[in-house]
Amino acid sequence: MSTLALMDYDEAVSRYEPVLGVETHIELGTASKMFCGCATTFGAPPNTQVCPVCLGLPGALPVANRAAIEGIIKIGLALNCEIAEWCRFARKNYFYPDMPKNYQISQYDEPLCVDGHLDVEVDGETYRIGIERVHMEEDTGKSMHVGGATGRIQGADHSLVDYNRAGIPLVEIVTKPITGTGDKAPLVARAYATELRELVRALGVSDVRMEQGSMRCDVNVSLMPRGSSQWGTRTETKNVNSLRSVERAVRHEIERQAAVLASGGAVVQETRHFHEDSGTTTAGRSKEEAQDYRYFPEPDLVPMAPSREWVEELRASLPELPAARRRRVQREWNLSDLELRDVVNAGALDLIESTVKAGASPAAARKWWMNELSRRATEQGVELADLPVTPEQVARVQEMVDAGELNDKLARQVFEGVLAGEGDPDQVVAARGLKIVSDDGELAAIVDQAIADNPDVADKVRGGKVAAAGALVGAVMRATGGKADAARARQLILEKLGAS
Amino acid sequence: MSDLTRKTAAELAGLVASGEASAVEVARAHLERVAAVDGQVHAFLHVDEEAVLAQARAVDERRAAGERLGPLAGVPIAHKDVFTTADMPTTAGSKILEGWRPPYDATVTARLRAAGLVILGKANMDEFAMGSSTENSAFGPSRNPWDLTRVPGGSSGGSSAAVAAYEAPLATGTDTGGSIRQPAAVTGIVGVKPTYGGSSRYGVIAFASSLDTPGPFARTVLDAALLHEAFSGHDPMDSTSIDAPVPPVVEAARRADVAGLRVGVVKELAGDGYQPGVLARYREAVELLESLGAKVVEVSCPHFGYALPAYYLIAPSECSSNLARFDAMRYGLRVGDDGTRSAEEVMALTRAQGFGAEVKRRIMLGTYALSSGYYDAYYGKAQQVRTLIKRDFEAAFEQVDVLVSPTTPTTAFPIGERADDPMAMYLADLCTIPANLAGVPAISVPCGLAEPDAAGGEGGGLPVGLQVMAPVLADDRVYRVGAAVEKALEDRWGGPLLAKAPELAEAAQ
Repeated sequence: MSTLALMDYDEAVSRYEPVLGVETHIELGTASKMFCGCATTFGAPPNTQVCPVCLGLPGALPVANRAAIEGIIKIGLALNCEIAEWCRFARKNYFYPDMPKNYQISQYDEPLCVDGHLDVEVDGETYRIGIERVHMEEDTGKSMHVGGATGRIQGADHSLVDYNRAGIPLVEIVTKPITGTGDKAPLVARAYATELRELVRALGVSDVRMEQGSMRCDVNVSLMPRGSSQWGTRTETKNVNSLRSVERAVRHEIERQAAVLASGGAVVQETRHFHEDSGTTTAGRSKEEAQDYRYFPEPDLVPMAPSREWVEELRASLPELPAARRRRVQREWNLSDLELRDVVNAGALDLIESTVKAGASPAAARKWWMNELSRRATEQGVELADLPVTPEQVARVQEMVDAGELNDKLARQVFEGVLAGEGDPDQVVAARGLKIVSDDGELAAIVDQAIADNPDVADKVRGGKVAAAGALVGAVMRATGGKADAARARQLILEKLGAS
Repeated sequence: MSDLTRKTAAELAGLVASGEASAVEVARAHLERVAAVDGQVHAFLHVDEEAVLAQARAVDERRAAGERLGPLAGVPIAHKDVFTTADMPTTAGSKILEGWRPPYDATVTARLRAAGLVILGKANMDEFAMGSSTENSAFGPSRNPWDLTRVPGGSSGGSSAAVAAYEAPLATGTDTGGSIRQPAAVTGIVGVKPTYGGSSRYGVIAFASSLDTPGPFARTVLDAALLHEAFSGHDPMDSTSIDAPVPPVVEAARRADVAGLRVGVVKELAGDGYQPGVLARYREAVELLESLGAKVVEVSCPHFGYALPAYYLIAPSECSSNLARFDAMRYGLRVGDDGTRSAEEVMALTRAQGFGAEVKRRIMLGTYALSSGYYDAYYGKAQQVRTLIKRDFEAAFEQVDVLVSPTTPTTAFPIGERADDPMAMYLADLCTIPANLAGVPAISVPCGLAEPDAAGGEGGGLPVGLQVMAPVLADDRVYRVGAAVEKALEDRWGGPLLAKAPELAEAAQ
């Protein structure tokens, strides 16, 4: 392979204006498939969730899943789309072994949802992303190519196909061309994918896990010289499997296309493949060999004609959407824009809100999740939400802190115990003996001992150097293994040394 | 007991229900008939004697246990090989599916079983239901019992031949452009295409999804109605199935009267290209309806002339997509998989060898008609014609209750005559296609034999069918008119038309 010529990013965006488009596929989390009753559990043994319909056996017919149509309408509504009063499924015809019927039931010129938008924010600036269409289709099976070096079909000995995924309801969301983003283009693309994921997650219609493929993005990028209004030739990059990859893929295509254009070349209209490891793209199918999909209305299914009443019912049932929620939370928790962004980026919004619901103050809840627990999540290399601690447990720890039964240091030890699977906070406190020593009699004896052990320091305090009392408090804390109520200990020391 | 194979389905069910004959006896009589004549007729692709007798025994056991049996329990039936059957191979007449055993029953199959019908075997057909003669079957043609050198019609020609040859009193078929009515007409029996969506397509190997309609064959209108009622009605597994009660077809078949009914004679479905012998019987049938008290008027359906070309764009377009699944990957024939070839090459080789010429022709026609740049001119235009034809029907049904025409322009043609002339073959469905495009129900009932010495001399002495069409979900009307014609003609003839068919030589067993 020839060395990839890239232009420095800053130079690229100073000379060219990127135009973006994002096509996102989202698998709906319905219990059954789009056109049959098969289960949709991820990770089941190959070809165990199949039937005559999703295997496309001769004679079998599809029947549309109402829950899936409900899911896509919710997505359409949340994206401010118009919901068609009448539309049809269409067959997209092409041969591939992972497609049991050699056509995919999709939608063509009559999508269910059209003409919406989604606002995203990058560096304090709002970008309105136009939504061209949202349509319903079925997923294909999954091919596994065995015996080659790359896992791709080239060089493989043979291929295996798992049809468990065939027929899982898939929603395709296509943006309008995104212009005017300049050097922010990669960030805008990422912000869009992030916001879309949050939105769909809030709707509860998909688990939108990019690593499991339940959300997949294709990014289209083209460049035009600054000052021009003539769009350039675009490429479509597939296999973009994380939010970070969305950003990287756009950035890479900008650098690559800029180099091609600057050297007098022409960008080839083609499908490109993103490589997670190198952050680069390579050419796939060229559009010149593009297939003619011979779309036509699916004769096995009746048209979808969602009644206006149903659509309005679904609109009324929409949960609070992420943008509105963020605005509310920012107000209620009194956060700066930056603090809010940190919370959102850490994926802590749900967790903090649940912790607040369980009784903690917003400030305390945010402190635990954003500091101690975020640190531990990073250490363990897991998402914050995947830590084995619940918002209720965090609220309970904070409750004990508020009651003076724990200080921050002890509380951290409690979390350590909870995360280590030693039980809930009360169990950890009991088992580790972490209760604070605030009993005056017990504490007084320890204070006396500390004074006796540190006569020099005690003299300094007696002499008016109140700040020196810190060393005595430290001694008390050491003596109690950190379980003393430090404020009370300090108070006692000062009383005893006549410095209060 | 007189020959059980000559009885109607209603009579046989009565004998079984009363205990005068066991289902096993009935089944055995028909198996013997199959063994005696199917060597000549070739109506069946698959008959498993033991399985047939087991089904019959089950019916007898149910009766012995005191269960009240349905009106067709214990009656043998020939089942078109386009319906999936979990206990029998299903080929759709194609080499590409030779030996395939479906893991599931079609809805029609399941309902036949539930009604206690005894499935004798799978009936021959044109490959993937594409044809009007069974000559496109990968397993050789069936023959017309009236004249073994002639075709029994198609695509459900195995079904029509089995019923006309007394191998079965009943048969299933599917009608996409006339595939039940045309074979019924040319073999002198009754065939009905129900309202589209009135009978389930689940488990019917698709030819053209928006047209395919399962329906019954029988020797009497009442038998056809009983079978229609047994397997029709809403099926949640078929989205295009109509969620409405089955029209009262049995009652209509018993009523058999047309007094006061307004009958429209379709002006466009007669004239040039129709065999004089066919037209003569047809005109007599119209006069007969008038004499029975029907009000006959001529009705024009100006767009029917475009039905055939529209059909030959829509049906191939859908088939080009429906038949894409036969790719050697999951089931059926696989050619050239020697470890050196890619999946794509194996697909191409398999499809090249597995599909017959007519199937390939239609896949190519349909692929072309759907191609980018041609879609609007072909598939799109054909859909517009389809709308116009529906409107012709709607306008006509504002004036009349039913429409009539000949079922097919000619009587049964000789095997081989049209095999190399697809256009001539397509013309066999000239009169039947409009009903498919509009989704309306239609029946073909025998209305006599074309004169032996008719002008042109060809096809004389052979059965002619009268087609009766009614509005969507008014299937009962076609039975009512069909039964009235049947009754009046049988009175005139002193028995059914089929009694005039030559006896087949029975092979020694």
